[in-house]
Amino acid sequence: MNWKEYKQGIKDGLPICFGYFAVSFTFGMLAKKEGLTGLQAVLISLTNLTSAGQFAGLSLIVNGGGLFEMAVTQFVVNMRYFLMSCSLSQKVDQKMPFFHRFFISFGITDEIFGVSACREGKVPPEFFYGLMSAAIPGWTFGTWCGVLSGTFLPENMISALGLAIYGMFLAIILPPAKKNKAVLAVVVSAMLLNYILGIVPVLSGISSGFRMILVTVAVAGIASVLCPVPVEEVDCVG
Amino acid sequence: MLDKIYIQILVMSVVTYLIRMLPLTLIQKEIKNRFLQSFLYYVPYATLAAMTFPAILSATSSKWSAFAGFLTAIVLAYREKSLLTVALAACSVVFIFETFLPF
Repeated sequence: MNWKEYKQGIKDGLPICFGYFAVSFTFGMLAKKEGLTGLQAVLISLTNLTSAGQFAGLSLIVNGGGLFEMAVTQFVVNMRYFLMSCSLSQKVDQKMPFFHRFFISFGITDEIFGVSACREGKVPPEFFYGLMSAAIPGWTFGTWCGVLSGTFLPENMISALGLAIYGMFLAIILPPAKKNKAVLAVVVSAMLLNYILGIVPVLSGISSGFRMILVTVAVAGIASVLCPVPVEEVDCVG
Repeated sequence: MLDKIYIQILVMSVVTYLIRMLPLTLIQKEIKNRFLQSFLYYVPYATLAAMTFPAILSATSSKWSAFAGFLTAIVLAYREKSLLTVALAACSVVFIFETFLPF
């Protein structure tokens, strides 16, 4: 067991923990309002560990949606994890045993992916477990607190915590963007394209999850054609 | 309505897990194709950038506080501060903004 990596994972996972707390708090409040018990809300958070998918799933549960509809909805809303999982398969040691892959997969969220995929070199399993040890309790406990009360946290505090995840994302992508012009171009184009797709009539009807996939595939695809990564430089941070 | 809720939760979690698990367990080899290699290299940056903007501007209860937090995060991230520092500073700015300024 590599404790140093595990501790580093917990440390890097703290912003995820705070950010998750704010989001899952909202989920818990909403679930309670819609008539779910605390156990059910917490169970959803503990087994799903995803925001958009849970909110979509909650609305299907409340509106009495069928199981097939549930499966398709989750598939569409969470398809981006497929792409992230592919990307991570190149960031872990090829010899990493099956059981580690099995457990780590559970923790592939936007945030955990972001922190791990942008590290230099191969990412050891302990680092993932550290991130998960910080993120999963934040997500689950936040849900529970949200169920318990709507006034547990003052509104301006929830509002402030809402920015934690995005602050963290910027801390992940900007330093490499500073050193590598191709990464900078990818970052700026992805932001602009996502913004434009969100305001153009007709196209703005695309769900935000699917829009993210489109933007990612388009921008990363064009960047790979225009500026292929040198073979020896496959790690993040050029 | 709530009778079948546990089956629904099960379906939710199994589908979500399979999407996450299959690529990581099935792709055990290093991808040699240069295009795919580059593609997977750029994916995290493109995804995180798209997730951040413009969503960050509506992440708090006022767009002004969000904008202030956004600027704070950009400056600190550009100076390569740690994830925790950037996240907490951005949150603090939002908190101060919303608590003490009349926007």
